[in-house]
Amino acid sequence: MTTAPHTHRAHRTRRALLRALPVSPATILLLLFLAGPIGYCAYIAFTDLQLTGQAESSFVGFANFREAFGDERFLNAVWLTLVFTVLSSLIGQNTLGLALASFMQRASKPVRTFTGAIVVTAWVLPEVVAGFLLYAFFRREGTLNAVLDFLHLPSQNWMFTLPILAVSFANVWRGTAFSMLVYSAALNEIPKEITEAAEMDGASGWRRMWHITLPMIRRSIGTNLMLNTLQTLSVFGLIWVMTRGGPGNRSQTLPLFMYEQAFQKSMIGYGTAVALLLLLVGSLFSLVYMRLLRTEV
Amino acid sequence: MKPKRSSNRLSRRTTHRLAADAGLLAVAAAFVLPLAWVVLSSFDPKADLKVRVPSSLTLDNYDKVLTPEITFTPLLNSLLLCGGGTLLTVVCAALAAYPLSRYKSRLNRPFMLTILFATSLPITAIMVPVYALFVQVDLIDTMQGTIFFFAASQLPFAIWLMKNFMDGVPKELEEAAWTDGASSFQSLLRIVLPLMGPGVAVVTVFSFVMMWGNFFVPFMLLLTPEQMPASVSINDFFGNKGTVVYGQLAAFSIIYSTPVILLYVLVSRRLGGGFALGGAVKG
Repeated sequence: MTTAPHTHRAHRTRRALLRALPVSPATILLLLFLAGPIGYCAYIAFTDLQLTGQAESSFVGFANFREAFGDERFLNAVWLTLVFTVLSSLIGQNTLGLALASFMQRASKPVRTFTGAIVVTAWVLPEVVAGFLLYAFFRREGTLNAVLDFLHLPSQNWMFTLPILAVSFANVWRGTAFSMLVYSAALNEIPKEITEAAEMDGASGWRRMWHITLPMIRRSIGTNLMLNTLQTLSVFGLIWVMTRGGPGNRSQTLPLFMYEQAFQKSMIGYGTAVALLLLLVGSLFSLVYMRLLRTEV
Repeated sequence: MKPKRSSNRLSRRTTHRLAADAGLLAVAAAFVLPLAWVVLSSFDPKADLKVRVPSSLTLDNYDKVLTPEITFTPLLNSLLLCGGGTLLTVVCAALAAYPLSRYKSRLNRPFMLTILFATSLPITAIMVPVYALFVQVDLIDTMQGTIFFFAASQLPFAIWLMKNFMDGVPKELEEAAWTDGASSFQSLLRIVLPLMGPGVAVVTVFSFVMMWGNFFVPFMLLLTPEQMPASVSINDFFGNKGTVVYGQLAAFSIIYSTPVILLYVLVSRRLGGGFALGGAVKG
């Protein structure tokens, strides 16, 4: 008599385990290759691990972080990351993506298709190829200066005078397609009657945008901003190919600074502390993104 | 009165359309310049960094780079890495998505929330500890290590997408198979996956495209030049060989980019331009 509920429970546990079995390959991969390194990151950020010479590493507490916040080059990287993110993601990709999407609502089909194809191609291209194309575009002897010369405007050595601006534009070139696709989908979901009614009432384009369209797509704006920011925070290849973070360190964002400290200067502990900070900022954005999304999982 | 008003409105529509067309074309012109450079330069015997129509066309640049050392080995490496990584990702994601989509469990919600959180973590940040870890467990400079990491980094998003697509397949179809004595694994393989074909295609193509273009992961985890995929080997054009032959660099860029562009076109056509990344970006 007493065994019946027991076997019933055992049976249920067995069934639950069997059902969970297919999840295990993915879980193991994620634990070993994603959660593991993140945990390891949190550990070595507090050590003085180096690549060369020293075999042992010792625990140094918050020394790496204290060093970072007293390090001018670190603060420079934080500042440049901020400039890069605000210019290319918050302003560039986001605004241009929205503008393209709303123009596409009205444009004729061939123009819409052509522009869409061009912008999306820039997005699909491998990161390094995109880097080379923009490198060629911004170089002193490159296309941008040729166009400026043609228009009798002053040309300059963009990669030297304004490297952070050049890489920000590169990121806009490469990343705008995503915002464009998100906003096109969002705008298509707005019922036609609402915009038409506003048009009949004589609301101008800007007013319609501000009072009707933007409030209606605000959740798309939120998620798009979050994803753009997260994407931009981790850009490495594009900047590496174009400037290597230079000249000097005038386009050295946090990922490039992390790489330089960890590998070119062999200070893995210090580089990882920077990585951990980047990861923390990313996690914060990720949490905000999850709150914005608020989907029923 | 009436016809006049409607024609007024029609002309306003036309003006709006023309304005929108002009705006789009202006942006397209700015976007097209770098793309035009790579296409034109690849056929230009005297290519430099400026975009211009070549005075004479040549296939020489392609001819020069189509060698085992420059093109075929790196592309084969890319194919091995990304093919292996994608296969692992898609199989693991499909298996994981099945119970998450089909059975109720208290663990589903925390699992999916963790996945969603991991989807947007900046993976770049953990490359330094991954490198240090790989050195310790002897996975550094191995194809399999890189494939494992590729798969793990792509899995959160793949599981997320796969589960959403799977939720769209009605359960009733499977129940019939179950009464016929099919196991869950059989019904996943024979009924659910074929019915969500486009979804599986999206996950596959997306994972592959992301890995194909990824530079930082193989750049960190692989050391031997013979193992390098195209995303890293392309740097050799700038290496210690002195001057850069831009025409050849352009030709290689085109060869290397073509597969992902074709894949993208294929999938977006099939889904009616809807490569909209499923529920992931729906606000």
